[in-house]
Amino acid sequence: METVTTAAVETVALRKSFGGVVVLDGLTMRVARGSVHALLGPNGAGKTTTVRILATLAAPDGGTARVLGHDVVRDRRRVRRTISLAGQHAALDDHQTGAENLEMMARLTGVPRAAARRRAADLLDRFDLAAAGGRRVVTYSGGMRRRLDLAASLVGQPSVIFLDEPTTGLDPRSRRGLWEVVGELAGAGVTVLLTTQYLEEADRLADRISVLHGGRLAAEGTATELKQRFGAHRLELTLRDTDRFAEVARRLGDRVANRDPARLELEVSTDGTGPRVRHLLDEVDPDRRGITRFHVRTATLDDVFLTLTGQSAPADRREAAGV
Amino acid sequence: MSELTARPGDALVMVGRCVRLSRRNTDALLTSLLLPVILMLLFVYLFGGAIDTGSAYVTYVVPGVLLLCAGFGAATTAVSVTTDLTNGVVERLRTMDVGATAILAGHVVASVVRNSVSTVLVLAVAVAIGFRPALDPPRWLAAAGVLLLFLFAVSWLSAAFGLLARTPEAANGFTFLVMFLPYPSSAFVPVETMPSWIRGFADHQPVTPVIETLRALLLATPAGSAPARAVAWCLGILVVAVALSAVLFRRRVG
Repeated sequence: METVTTAAVETVALRKSFGGVVVLDGLTMRVARGSVHALLGPNGAGKTTTVRILATLAAPDGGTARVLGHDVVRDRRRVRRTISLAGQHAALDDHQTGAENLEMMARLTGVPRAAARRRAADLLDRFDLAAAGGRRVVTYSGGMRRRLDLAASLVGQPSVIFLDEPTTGLDPRSRRGLWEVVGELAGAGVTVLLTTQYLEEADRLADRISVLHGGRLAAEGTATELKQRFGAHRLELTLRDTDRFAEVARRLGDRVANRDPARLELEVSTDGTGPRVRHLLDEVDPDRRGITRFHVRTATLDDVFLTLTGQSAPADRREAAGV
Repeated sequence: MSELTARPGDALVMVGRCVRLSRRNTDALLTSLLLPVILMLLFVYLFGGAIDTGSAYVTYVVPGVLLLCAGFGAATTAVSVTTDLTNGVVERLRTMDVGATAILAGHVVASVVRNSVSTVLVLAVAVAIGFRPALDPPRWLAAAGVLLLFLFAVSWLSAAFGLLARTPEAANGFTFLVMFLPYPSSAFVPVETMPSWIRGFADHQPVTPVIETLRALLLATPAGSAPARAVAWCLGILVVAVALSAVLFRRRVG
């Protein structure tokens, strides 16, 4: 029997390569029961591979992974009875109706036909799809498909749910709708492990965040902890011209956290206190002609991400540019 | 092996799913129905006049067309298996602990059901244009049995091919292979009329004994060793296909 202290998910020194490319390089992490946990990382960090190993779809090359105490390789059938996975693309039959898809999933978990029908109806209700339940999935919008996919992953009443980039490609409204559902799941005591490239998503949803980089755990903690640990505040400087930009950048040296030559902007980590900020401004711009504006702000997860991985979160940048 | 035989109810649910999806896939359904009918009309009315088989050409060609219809329809199983693999459905089913047998049997049984129906429809068209089988219902049943066995074998082989193909488009290649196999056989012209090197192949490929058996059963002519060879071929293909797909499934999905 599992004890109350068994973690929902626990990996130790997990390793996995594909054709000589190392994807997981000794990942050790732990997800507490009943929590929402985000795996955050750039593309290729190993998020999806981790989820696939935990969901028994891929075997690790080395190390161990346990879900509710069950080894994902040796006890994979037991693991399968406690988990569900909603992958990056909604795994649904386009030419079955929403209700038929859910009823089929329910029957595959061993529920008799009548009960399966009831469970499908309940889930359609809960995911705001009751009106669309009789329509074929091919007619659904992207947001509806994701909701149905999530509903399908709840059919077997799992204790641990893996969501692989659940909101990638969704419009902001559908995304918020999905966040609400995830919040409800957590409220019902289900453990949710989700991967995401959206910092806002991790910030809003997750109790704790694991930042993956190069197949390893780069940092772990609550969003607040991570922000404090990796630069609680940022001082943004706007320079007069390129000469001043170069001069101030040189004076700051490796204290520069981020630079944008095109906009003549530099960023420095700071604690945000008056004396420190004043001292810094005097130090890098002694004749007070170089800095035209400055701005102190609280660090975001993007800053954390940048500090840990050396690159900005790709998804959020894309968003800022267009969507 | 225990994983491959888990929960027989799952297989029924999967069969229900695949039959429903087949019924709704009208494009594929029409193709697998129209193609054999058009070929039959083509051969009977365009080429048939120039082909001398010693009897009415429609009588000669129908067994071959039935087999072409069955083979082509069964081969599309590869496409549905690959589609399930590429769109994440199989992975979800695996995380739900649905076994390989249930997943593949769903496709295979649905294929047999679907193609039995289309074979009957093609046969109806054949009768409408003058095909007259011998009035011998026990032989009809035997013919149906041989055709079913052939359907099962090709469907399961097709499922194995679907496990091998990376994309549904690649899986579609299997339908071409199966569709062309009846040409170098006794389906449309007697094997004796072919050059000797093709004849060697035509005489020893699986399609020829199946067609000869169907012809003998439907027309009440002597079958010789064809039925034994046909059954042996089908059972052989079935055994190889089932074993192959078990290995391929394990390698691809785990």
